[in-house]
Amino acid sequence: MNTIEAVYTQITAITDAEIQKLVHDPIELLTRVIQPVLWLMMFGEVFARVRGIPTGSIPYESFLVPGVLAQSALFIAIFFGISAIWERDLGILYKYMMSPAPREALVLGKALAAGVRGLTQAVMVYIIGLLIGVGLRVTVPAVLGMAVMIVLGSAVFCTFSLIIACIVKTRERFMGIGQVLTMPLFFASSAIYPISLMPSWLHVLAMINPLTYQVDALRLFMLPGYQTSFGLGTDIAVQVGVFAVLLAIAARMYPLILS
Amino acid sequence: MVSARVDDVPEVAIEVTDLTKRFGDVVAVRGVSLRVPHGIVFGLVGPNGAGKSTTVKMLTTLTPPTSGSARVAGFDVRRSPVEVRRRIGYVPQMQSADPDLTGFENLLVYARLYALPRANRRRKILDALHLMDLGDVRDRLVRHYSGGMVRRLEIAQSLLNEPRVLFMDEPTIGLDPLARHMVWERIKHLRAGLGTAIFMTTHYMDEAAELCDRVAFMSEGKIAGEESPSDIEARYGTGMMLDDLFIRYTGGNMLVEERAAAP
Repeated sequence: MNTIEAVYTQITAITDAEIQKLVHDPIELLTRVIQPVLWLMMFGEVFARVRGIPTGSIPYESFLVPGVLAQSALFIAIFFGISAIWERDLGILYKYMMSPAPREALVLGKALAAGVRGLTQAVMVYIIGLLIGVGLRVTVPAVLGMAVMIVLGSAVFCTFSLIIACIVKTRERFMGIGQVLTMPLFFASSAIYPISLMPSWLHVLAMINPLTYQVDALRLFMLPGYQTSFGLGTDIAVQVGVFAVLLAIAARMYPLILS
Repeated sequence: MVSARVDDVPEVAIEVTDLTKRFGDVVAVRGVSLRVPHGIVFGLVGPNGAGKSTTVKMLTTLTPPTSGSARVAGFDVRRSPVEVRRRIGYVPQMQSADPDLTGFENLLVYARLYALPRANRRRKILDALHLMDLGDVRDRLVRHYSGGMVRRLEIAQSLLNEPRVLFMDEPTIGLDPLARHMVWERIKHLRAGLGTAIFMTTHYMDEAAELCDRVAFMSEGKIAGEESPSDIEARYGTGMMLDDLFIRYTGGNMLVEERAAAP
């Protein structure tokens, strides 16, 4: 087996184990549908009547859909830090790190698994979108583009979450930190309102938040007639760049979760 | 899977010189030197907190030594950790199989992490499961396994890469007597069939007497002595047991004196 094939096998070993767990217990996925339903069918329906949120030619109900999808993928990806701590407590991570697999492969395997879980959210959000009568792009290139953006964004936040887990090391502390991090990430982004509405300090935060770029690209691939704020090239470059840095950090820090 | 490879196996499985590990002010392991020849079961025994687990962590590349050197399966743990990892198996002290996967799926994860060729992955996994008497339950979720079954699954997993050196940290801790004996049987079976060195820690002397060819006693981070369980009576007189030596090497020597005084 050559090196590239070996590393691919090692990455997908981790990803497939996560997928296999979902196959054994798919109930958890169904519970994850509740949050996007609340946001789209309650929050979205009400705020669409406000008509004060400038979303251009796009109705607010539609504008919100990619944001809510990004949010639910974010919440799932952030959960991977807790699951890593749980795996450490079970002794599973010790054995992963005792294998000859490079740490990068172990992290990348988790990142891709977060992407796969994010995609299951996408399926549900599209179904909700259709039910509430939002016009979504469903051409093959548009759906593929959306899928790539979900995997990329989930990989960013999963890796970020693993780094946090390596620092805080216990489930209790992670729970606290996780709450403190996810809500600001969500609100300081373009997920539920255009960043042009924001006061300047919040605008700055939104501009350095990868979620803003993920949502921008998702809107491009999901909403007919959407003009990107930053351009697809920038959206992808920012996320890939952030992911590369986070991957390098997480791979170095991963063994620290054991101590 | 159980064929011994005598061709390229280094003569010494583990060679440790003056190995030391500090955690801040605490010295967990103080200048340990050991030599484990190939093909034997070597026991590192001692009370809790003696430094056994830290020694195993250094030998298995999980934590770097503060000073000293260790060669495992022919490679230096500090300079070539990945080469060492390729050649060793590890059964950790705590139960560490994934409860949300089946036995087969658990092993598949490791078969892939060790990059075993796809063509014989499945066969190797099934061989390892059969060797540990788990063939019938391979498609059951591990959360439904008993403690002894989980332990045997972990041993099966540690054999997938045909390790030159197999590390077992307290292999029967927390198991009921029946499960312990089943695990012992499997370890003896391995010793008979595999050309591998087994390095185990335990604080059960009956386990050390039952399984080990050589035993090193560890106390307060140091090696206090080394014995062969089979010739203890020849060396120390009838009635002398590993328990007595454990007490002599790792703490009070009252019991040994008591026995010596008896007619």
